[in-house]
Amino acid sequence: MTAVLETSDLSKTFTLHARGGLVLPVFSGISLSLRPGECLALTGHSGSGKSSLLRCLYGNYSASSGDVRIRHADQWVSLSTAAPREVLEVRRRTLGYVSQFLRVIPRVSTLDIVAEPLRRLGVAADEARSQAAQWLARLNLHERLWHLPPATFSGGEQQRVNIAHGLIAGHPVLLLDEPTASLDADNRRVVVELIHAARAGGAAVIGIFHDDEVRAAVASRCLDVEDYRQSN
Amino acid sequence: MTGDLLLSVRGAGKQFMQGNRLRWACRDVSFDLYPGEVLAVVGESGSGKSTLLRLLAARLGLDAGSVHYDVRGEAGADGGPGRSAAGLVDLAQLSEARLRWLSRTDWGFVEQHARDGLRMNVSGGANIGERMMALGARHYGKLRSEALSWMERVELETDRIDDLPGSYSGGMQQRLQIARNLVTHPRLVFMDEPTTGLDVSVQARLLDLVRELVNQLQLAAVIVTHDLAVARLLAHRMLVMKDGCVVEQGLTDRVLDDPQHPYTQLLVSSVLTP
Repeated sequence: MTAVLETSDLSKTFTLHARGGLVLPVFSGISLSLRPGECLALTGHSGSGKSSLLRCLYGNYSASSGDVRIRHADQWVSLSTAAPREVLEVRRRTLGYVSQFLRVIPRVSTLDIVAEPLRRLGVAADEARSQAAQWLARLNLHERLWHLPPATFSGGEQQRVNIAHGLIAGHPVLLLDEPTASLDADNRRVVVELIHAARAGGAAVIGIFHDDEVRAAVASRCLDVEDYRQSN
Repeated sequence: MTGDLLLSVRGAGKQFMQGNRLRWACRDVSFDLYPGEVLAVVGESGSGKSTLLRLLAARLGLDAGSVHYDVRGEAGADGGPGRSAAGLVDLAQLSEARLRWLSRTDWGFVEQHARDGLRMNVSGGANIGERMMALGARHYGKLRSEALSWMERVELETDRIDDLPGSYSGGMQQRLQIARNLVTHPRLVFMDEPTTGLDVSVQARLLDLVRELVNQLQLAAVIVTHDLAVARLLAHRMLVMKDGCVVEQGLTDRVLDDPQHPYTQLLVSSVLTP
């Protein structure tokens, strides 16, 4: 099987202009390759740059040097040089991301938020909502919450909305930033099952899993971001 | 967000007299826009963003550079005057009449102050009908039913159709202005601070509405705003302006979450998040 995501000599540095051009090195020289069905867990202490790496892979952060390439519509797309509309197209069809925090859109119901990735793929509203309902039910989100905007939900409830939103479109590459951080044991188990199902369906997964048990259950290998720490 | 290029801007600039010196209000702006793509232009007041919007919409003449647009209809079919290899037409080559036709049919322009974009002396329904009439619609019943359907789409109570816009609230006026612009199914809409000056709850409702309409109608839009949250919610891409120049542009979430230019960093870090 050929890779679906690759980085070559990827590095990330922040330059803080308000602090006199202070340079904050994060990581450098990361070359990785991911195949369908694999799950790579990123490890390292808090602040080691795991989330920054994930954001680079999503195209949310720009790479300071090196490149991120993703297999999209039978072609390699470089996220560093792709036009914004190409990056958005990659995210629509190929690249899913579950962030730690839900970005709430005023007035939009939970059901519609979860249904949105399907709507963007052209699925009819009713069908998208009905699939969204199945995902929310699977993640044990109480039905009375489905028609409310998630702004006032608890951390764990918002995280489950985020997971449903991130997984519903069945993207072949998934980036998961601590998907189980605020979940109880039952819901952690559900998420582990969902990740297994995604992998079995051929998805390639890169994730940050703080919970050792979860990581051991889902990951096929690990990458310690600390090994790529840039020295000042 | 597919299809051919809709708008292409190269080196666009505008000079103004300030005191007795010429000053560039905006300078050397270049970008391409595709159908369905939403671009936010952000920057503080005086950064030249509203001037840029008026240049793009051909409400101001360019002092430098060019704006090309995919004009549909006869000018395109025979490869008319000023048509580039990409099939776009140089707006500077279009006649006044042709530009007016373009801005009344295939473009929309949503003003910050709804009063500037509405005709205050005719009813809400007539405000919506006006652009359809510019396209030749004359049948009263059809105009009225189309106006009613657009009032519903922008969440205006249909029994207000015969009232003057002056009797509407600020948020309602803004929604009426949007209906008035969208009734002819334009492919490109310019918006100048569409939510500024509205109450926060009214803003949220309007933003949600604009987001929905842009998605449903696959509109391309250029939205000028000083509000980064508006850019995040609505725009695929953004362009950051300072002192008339573009200092940074790119994917909206990348510019906001990983800003590179000192000014963008300052702008992003100056926002209060509740």
